[in-house]
Amino acid sequence: MALDKPYLDVPGTTIFDMEQSRLGYHLNQFCMSLMNAENRERFKANERAYLDQWPMTEEQKLGVMARDLNRCIRAGGNIYFLAKIGATFGKSFQQMAGSMTGMTEEEYRDMMIKGGRSVEGNRVVGEGGDAQAKRQPQGTGAGRLI
Amino acid sequence: MAHITASVYTSHVPAIGAALDLGKSGEPYWQPLFKGYEPAKKWLKENPPDVIFLVYNDHATAFSLEVIPTFAIGTAAQFKPADEGWGPRPVPMVEGHPELASHIAQSVIQQDFDLTIVNKMDVDHGLTVPLSLMYGQPAAWPCPVIPFAVNVVQYPVPSGNRCFQLGRAIRRAVQSFDQDIKVQIWGTGGMSHQLQGPRAGLINREFDTAFLDQLIAAPAALAQKPHIDYVREAGSEGIELVMWLIARGAMNDIEPGGKAPRVAHRFYHVPASNTAVGNLILENA
Repeated sequence: MALDKPYLDVPGTTIFDMEQSRLGYHLNQFCMSLMNAENRERFKANERAYLDQWPMTEEQKLGVMARDLNRCIRAGGNIYFLAKIGATFGKSFQQMAGSMTGMTEEEYRDMMIKGGRSVEGNRVVGEGGDAQAKRQPQGTGAGRLI
Repeated sequence: MAHITASVYTSHVPAIGAALDLGKSGEPYWQPLFKGYEPAKKWLKENPPDVIFLVYNDHATAFSLEVIPTFAIGTAAQFKPADEGWGPRPVPMVEGHPELASHIAQSVIQQDFDLTIVNKMDVDHGLTVPLSLMYGQPAAWPCPVIPFAVNVVQYPVPSGNRCFQLGRAIRRAVQSFDQDIKVQIWGTGGMSHQLQGPRAGLINREFDTAFLDQLIAAPAALAQKPHIDYVREAGSEGIELVMWLIARGAMNDIEPGGKAPRVAHRFYHVPASNTAVGNLILENA
């Protein structure tokens, strides 16, 4: 019997459900460790060595080192956990959210000042809105947190 | 007898806390937001509660993936502002109210809501930003606060109706407390926002406006809104709005014979960082 997951057809969106949480457990727990100042310094000093202390997948480690938050989310990460990585490097939630759209920091900030992204065309996969897969990336940014 | 005098609803965007902490509240970007909260601050000064029951969500701060309580009540004497990765916010220690919190826990669990009891917990921006927005930057928070954390991070989160019914149970619990004190219940989070994926930055003013209208005038119907409507229309993090239904469910008019509340203040602003900000105050008649 299939579980009820009515959110799978929302474009550009990954709902952190039980399955994602199971996949991302060690990735997210690594992120939690960055809430300690000493750990943040150890991570910054040698990212690979720090990550190797956690039973994460190689894909998760590469996603973290690339600062590719979309890749981390596909691998089970949740934004509130991943935010600790951004915080470690002094990045804001706006910089983190923006990095996942393919826009530069300025492009994303401008979109927000103009009232944010419209829901029109972005409710269901296959519509024509700017969050749809066929319209990525949306700007001239790096697609990762820099 | 204790009673709930009013409910306050507000977003809890972390960047708002950062703007205050870094002295940026006068900047053109932030000015309209803080100006919009002035009437709410004035109202709170004129209508001080003895205790605030503050509904919020923890953002992977006190609760990692090790333990994920759906509803958690803070029964401690004090709660420390957390280091969320940027270092702790420079805000006062949050003083709890163990006596009332324990009373509410006992009563609400006996009403079939299985709360998690938390005697040690740091509190993150979800709890401290609403206090900053409503009180500014005092040396100490003016009254005790009972933190009530709701899981809206790990799906499935509680339904709107579950939250609404829980609010009713909290009201009954407060009313059975023997001391004659005034309690405000605050519902925080929202409004429309999405922080992840290519759809990040979603704002839906129409949804938010309708949500506020319905929260005031038809909360029982609003409580029936399914999760997917929040996700699709208000963004994946817009689901935080179910927490507002806990506060709304605790108001007098939900019970037979109760009078409709008075709207003391309503404000809406886009954007604060990634988020649409809403602020509403309802006074029990």
